Amino acid sequence: MIRDVHALDGKFAPPERHVEVLVIGAGPAGTEAAIVAALGGAEVMLIDENPVAPDLMRADVPLYFGGRMTGAVDRPDRMIETLLAANPALAEAFDAGIEVLLGTTAWGLYVPQPGLAALPGSVVGLADAERSWLVGFDRCIVAAGARDLALGFPGWEHPGVMGAQGFHALVEHYGAFDGRRMLIVGSGELAVATARLAEKHGIDVAAMIEVRDGQSIARVEGGLHGVERVVLRTPAGERVIECDTVCLAVGAVPAIELLAAAGARLTVDPARGGHVPVCAADGATSLPGVFAVGDCAGVAGPPDTLDHRAEWSAALTADPATIVCLCEEVTRADLTGVQPPAYLGVRSTAMAARSLCSLLADGPPDQDQIKRLTRAGMGLCQGRRCREQVALILAAEAGLAAAEAPFTGYRAPVRPLPLAVLADWAETAEMSAGWDVWFGIPDQWIPYADIGTDREAAHRAALGGNMHL
Amino acid sequence: MATSHIIVVGAGVTGLSAAWWLAKSGVAVTVIDKGVVGWEASSRNGGGASHYHSPLFAEEQRLWPLLDDMLGYPTEYRRGRVIVALTPAQLAHYHYMAAMFTAQGFRADHIDSAQAIELAPLVNPASLGGIRLHFGGHANPQRTVQAYAWATQDLGGRILQHTPALRLVAHGDRVTGVETARGPIEADAVVVAAGPQTAGLLASVGITLPLSHARAEMIVTEPAPLMPMGGVDGNGLYGRQTLRGNLAYGGGPHEWLDVAADGPATRPTSPLSRNLARRVAELLPAAASLRVLRSWAGVVETTPDGRPVIDTVHGNVTVAVMSGVGFGLSPATGHAVRDLVLDGHCSFADLGKLRLDRFAGLADDWRAARGWTAAA
Repeated sequence: MIRDVHALDGKFAPPERHVEVLVIGAGPAGTEAAIVAALGGAEVMLIDENPVAPDLMRADVPLYFGGRMTGAVDRPDRMIETLLAANPALAEAFDAGIEVLLGTTAWGLYVPQPGLAALPGSVVGLADAERSWLVGFDRCIVAAGARDLALGFPGWEHPGVMGAQGFHALVEHYGAFDGRRMLIVGSGELAVATARLAEKHGIDVAAMIEVRDGQSIARVEGGLHGVERVVLRTPAGERVIECDTVCLAVGAVPAIELLAAAGARLTVDPARGGHVPVCAADGATSLPGVFAVGDCAGVAGPPDTLDHRAEWSAALTADPATIVCLCEEVTRADLTGVQPPAYLGVRSTAMAARSLCSLLADGPPDQDQIKRLTRAGMGLCQGRRCREQVALILAAEAGLAAAEAPFTGYRAPVRPLPLAVLADWAETAEMSAGWDVWFGIPDQWIPYADIGTDREAAHRAALGGNMHL
Repeated sequence: MATSHIIVVGAGVTGLSAAWWLAKSGVAVTVIDKGVVGWEASSRNGGGASHYHSPLFAEEQRLWPLLDDMLGYPTEYRRGRVIVALTPAQLAHYHYMAAMFTAQGFRADHIDSAQAIELAPLVNPASLGGIRLHFGGHANPQRTVQAYAWATQDLGGRILQHTPALRLVAHGDRVTGVETARGPIEADAVVVAAGPQTAGLLASVGITLPLSHARAEMIVTEPAPLMPMGGVDGNGLYGRQTLRGNLAYGGGPHEWLDVAADGPATRPTSPLSRNLARRVAELLPAAASLRVLRSWAGVVETTPDGRPVIDTVHGNVTVAVMSGVGFGLSPATGHAVRDLVLDGHCSFADLGKLRLDRFAGLADDWRAARGWTAAA
């Protein structure tokens, strides 16, 4: 059979390691799954991205840390000690003979499927602070947990606005929370648990607010160290709360990014936190050999969870000048106007006349299309702080229920990774030899006037199908 | 030719440009698409506009700088490009290309490493220099597609999203319309610019268009400070710095696919992101600590010689499949399609070598003979 030397098949090296069971995430669900597998006789690798590199924490990846970390996060040895102390099950995992890799993130999951046949089997892309590599698996158990539901409001750019998951990680796993008095946004189970956690760690809870009680945030005011006070909107008028932290505890979002980017089938389940992988009873996803357990398979909540989020979103972004995407500084007005970013300096009357309304005349809202036009969700945090709210705003504008809000895809790498870390510095000879800027088709780049002349053969010999353009 | 209503199948960059040119000529035009405007390769490419080898290139170069004003919407077009060599073999290759450009009347200068860094400060100080193109350029794919779409609508053109074309409807040697998933639409002429779906649609009226399909991949980083020259290629890569500062790069092996008649089902990326990252880090080492935020893939239709087919193939059916160069050439391709549909010939370029009949003697197993088939 003739093969195209410039095609992808045969170019990837076998994965650096192969394990029978790879578990991603050493939270309670992942650690338990790893131990069960190991006790059953399997060779198990358990990876966890904690301690997260401080520069990623400052970018609110993977959780919404809101800049409320102490300097302790800059000392990785101390972080690892704290993590091990906070999770006694990890010691059990070591005892069970499990290979545990901390500070190691899974940034890509690749499973052979129609349209992706060139892979060296099912692999996960891993990375630490220094390098990335691929690990093959027979079974992969994704236990990626949940991430924060971030909702924007006037003043949320101040350090000290953060998420309940980020708060939990900082106080429970890292011992590195730098705040003393917080306002909790939300009143459900997560908000109550957050208040208990604050109490346990000696942090004052100034107030808990609930949109269904007519309460919302008018604005946050801050100074040199971030949040200083919150101006609340209440049925009795505005009320000022002095605090250094605003903790968003309206809800948690299943961390499906790895599964979604790999092409796992998803469904919307309002009672499980929104988009979740379609799973069989044993956690099997639609991807062969890939399972989802714990919060990434669904975060239990009331059936009106998504509607409740939509109510919060509407109340918090009542002012169209509210920034909804912090990375790219996109306001709600920019978003619903489908306007290009300010740095383009566009002054066109035709552009100014366009809006989401004119786009909706063409069909239902498409978050991928709108994010590329407005840049909402395109920044360093990879949309973690805006994707849910952007979807809710678009749904509201389009008159759709929250459960029908547009979904935008996830793409690898699902953590921002430096070029030099992501890079394959030991690629195969086949990859290097078969590399071409484009397809390597011998005739493609012959100048039109030369086609059919004797110059054609000379160009073909010199270019070898390679255009470098 | 007396024409009252034209259907363009495919709301990609080529179909929308054609629709805009037709609407500009006062023709009633309807664009139909299976999904959202620009959803496929039109918004998933490198934004390059430097296809020197095409008969459409001179017209493309004339139009791009005018396009924002002509359309009324931003495209982020920027002129110029440098191609930087890290090895003597790359440098020799680029110098050969420069001679070829110059012979065509497009100016390209040899530059040394210092000149490359002046234009693009992130470039490797150990580079061997390369060439500077005083032509070509790059633009934002999604913004450009949307600009064509909105401009078409502003001229009275209709765009029907989520309206897959199922087949062309013929009576005798004329096509009378398109059967869509939402019912039939009548037309006096049809333009098929449906990328990977084009061959299937033409087959419905007995025309064979040889196409193979493959997935190509790109990565994008967080923003870097803006360089004077955003179009920086070399080291096996094509790419651009966006006006936001992000570095978007592609290149390297493609994966051949079996694409169903209704288009690609998925557009996954692969660990090729790592090989791209390596080459970007080598080309632009000052950017090596920049974080990669996304990868993406697009499905590209390719003819046996890799060249476009722009031709009126069945009385009143005009086809435009671009074989990987659709984005950059789009301002001129739309003009050419408009000319073919309304006047029967292109007013500004000879397109004779892009006719479909050049493949008349092609063997049925041409894909297998080239190894252009999906891996098992």
